[in-house]
Amino acid sequence: MLTKEDIAKRIAQELKDGYYVNLGIGIPTLVANYIPEGINVEIQSENGVLGMGPFPFEGEEDADIINAGKQTITTLAGASFFDSATSFGMIRGQHVDLTILGAMEVSEKGDIANWKIPGKMVKGMGGAMDLVASAENIIVAMMQVNKAGESKILKKCTLPLTGVGCVKKIVTELAVIEVTPKGFKLLERAPGISVEEIIASTEAELIIDGEIPEMKIN
Amino acid sequence: MINKKVNSVQEALHDVQDNVTIMLGGFGLCGIPENSIAELVRKEVKNLTCISNNAGVDDFGLGLLLQKRQIKKMISSYVGENAEFESQMLSGELEVELVPQGTLAERCRAAQAGIPAFFTPAGYGTEVAIGKETREFNGKMHVMELAFKAEFSIVKAWKGDTAGNLIFKGTARNFNPAMAGAGKITIAEVEELVEAGTLDPNQIHIPGIFVQRIFQGEKYEKRIEKRTVRARN
Repeated sequence: MLTKEDIAKRIAQELKDGYYVNLGIGIPTLVANYIPEGINVEIQSENGVLGMGPFPFEGEEDADIINAGKQTITTLAGASFFDSATSFGMIRGQHVDLTILGAMEVSEKGDIANWKIPGKMVKGMGGAMDLVASAENIIVAMMQVNKAGESKILKKCTLPLTGVGCVKKIVTELAVIEVTPKGFKLLERAPGISVEEIIASTEAELIIDGEIPEMKIN
Repeated sequence: MINKKVNSVQEALHDVQDNVTIMLGGFGLCGIPENSIAELVRKEVKNLTCISNNAGVDDFGLGLLLQKRQIKKMISSYVGENAEFESQMLSGELEVELVPQGTLAERCRAAQAGIPAFFTPAGYGTEVAIGKETREFNGKMHVMELAFKAEFSIVKAWKGDTAGNLIFKGTARNFNPAMAGAGKITIAEVEELVEAGTLDPNQIHIPGIFVQRIFQGEKYEKRIEKRTVRARN
């Protein structure tokens, strides 16, 4: 079973040289720590920075330089700041190549729910609806099941949707799953995890095509 | 030069009354008009509709107005991190309209730019689109969203001059530029106010035409919401 760091490492393998990437809060943020060598990517944060760097050294925090998770950050050479309307122009205008975000549920049509649990949790969608409606390439990083042990990979989402037909790929602690026009297709399994175990923790049907390779995590 | 300078936050906000709609810049606690929020608390204006990406934290930012129950309605994209907000929302005391963040920014920009409405793909197929006109463009469905209408925009910049020109710093820029000129009256508070002619016109982010009143804030706490650092070595 993969740790959250392992999930981030596996997703980092999807990065390509020259990509502009938007990382959501949680596991997606960790992807920045595992950018493969020789690959140049720039990380966009929707509150208005492109070229986000690591956290500052203690004593060097600047209240005016934060990411979308409201954490203090630094910037790298080539970075730029801009206003929120411009930031979402980048997103809506499909200038951002890859969006990685968390989810509460994903359906076999690629629908995603991640902003509201009626009667329990209403924090708002933030930039998630804009991101999923416009991004061409969306990867979801999440756990296969929720805290109650229920599958988050479903035939149909039960929670209010964030976007429809948008998720392309899911990476969980158990598997890499692609969203195809025919439904979910199992691409890879976590080291030591069997195809049967993945099927057992997935509510939706999985297309299993031949031998399913084990993920390579370094 | 048209002089926009006012001498105090009291003078800048003198005509803000009960029941008005106010746009306030900021993302989290970053780039919020701290001095103006303090003045709204002092004035005890009530039944406000506030358009702001977030609602502050319990004891800072717009949280201060929530504590005093001065806000009737919040229009925001993300309202976590605020227990006072949550309890007032769940009890029905506070009306809340949640708007996707990019749509929120564009509804400000549309108001600033005289565009009454626009189409965006954000929110299509979700509860955000309920009751709104939808239309297909280039094979993709979009939702019609309206420009905001507000009596006041209150923005915060790093530097400004007496002509109302503004320069922002870092990610404290966020919603401030799109809100400038989006309300009928725009009030800008700045950390440093200089004479017109001092700032390089090439470096101005927001031209003074979008600003009616400008003042230098007395002090800035600039509270950090999530201080994150890494170890040296």
